[in-house]
Amino acid sequence: MKVDIEQKILAANDELAAANRTRFAGHGVFVLDLMASPGAGKTSTILATIDALRDRYSIAVIEGDIASKVDAEKVRAHGIPAVQINTGGACHLESAMIQRAVDTLDLDELDLIIIENVGNLVCPSDFDLGESAKVMILSVPEGHDKPYKYPNIFQVSEAVILNKYDTMGVFDFDEAEFRGVVRSLNGTAPIFPIAATKGEGVAEWAEWLAGRIEAAKASAVG
Amino acid sequence: MHELGIAEGILSAAIKGAEDAGATRINEVVVTIGVLTEVMEDALQFAWEAAREGTMAGQAVLDVTMVDARTRCADCGHEWVHDRYSGAQCPSCSGYILTLLTGRELKIDSIDID
Repeated sequence: MKVDIEQKILAANDELAAANRTRFAGHGVFVLDLMASPGAGKTSTILATIDALRDRYSIAVIEGDIASKVDAEKVRAHGIPAVQINTGGACHLESAMIQRAVDTLDLDELDLIIIENVGNLVCPSDFDLGESAKVMILSVPEGHDKPYKYPNIFQVSEAVILNKYDTMGVFDFDEAEFRGVVRSLNGTAPIFPIAATKGEGVAEWAEWLAGRIEAAKASAVG
Repeated sequence: MHELGIAEGILSAAIKGAEDAGATRINEVVVTIGVLTEVMEDALQFAWEAAREGTMAGQAVLDVTMVDARTRCADCGHEWVHDRYSGAQCPSCSGYILTLLTGRELKIDSIDID
């Protein structure tokens, strides 16, 4: 006997993601899902972003890793609340993990939550967490050909950060080709070249993010 | 290897559907996957064989239909099928205001049960 089901495979994840999104919107909190490969500089970028915005906004960080709490400790050492999620082997975060992590934060006190996803250019791009925007980082040493190999993550990202820009002279990175491929995948995402550990280029990226935070606050008030 | 998570999602939805219909065995599950997702059909079949083990879907066939990416331009109405690299700008009028019609599906269509 054939029975029609007609539902999304990730329906359970999508339902919780929608609930997360409604909750964030109700509190006027902007939630950033930051994705990149291991070693691209996610934590360094987060710390640089915190430095650029902490005078204006109240920030918390959710750290996703397969194991360990070293990233959460780095963020806490910076004086920012951080929640560590250990996925225990899973290659991406899911919306239920975010729901549990957010339960430990005071959303009324926050303007921005940065989620550091598990280091991976593949799986995180298929999972809705309820975030306000997905943004990805590619670092120069990874090479300009990565958009060819991992196109989905470039397509679902609303902005692309090009980190370790200060190493451009050392690596054979063709920036024009990189920008061209990213544009062919994603017609609208701005590209922000930065050197997170030196703070270079961070201001432009932080201003883009501040604009999005303001929009989230305004829509919650309205 | 997130195909295992996808396979588990398929399995739990199929079992719930089968149980709601009073069935004891699932023979086939029909799913639709868009080509723009990061799901590889071979890896999904491999994960499915692992996930179904010991359940009412223990012998169930996973029938996967891959769906092309298709986009419509808001400016000129042109619709076209494309790969990952040619969906960001209208090939007819060079417009950027586009709606992706298909290509990101991760959907269960039906189950065959006894």
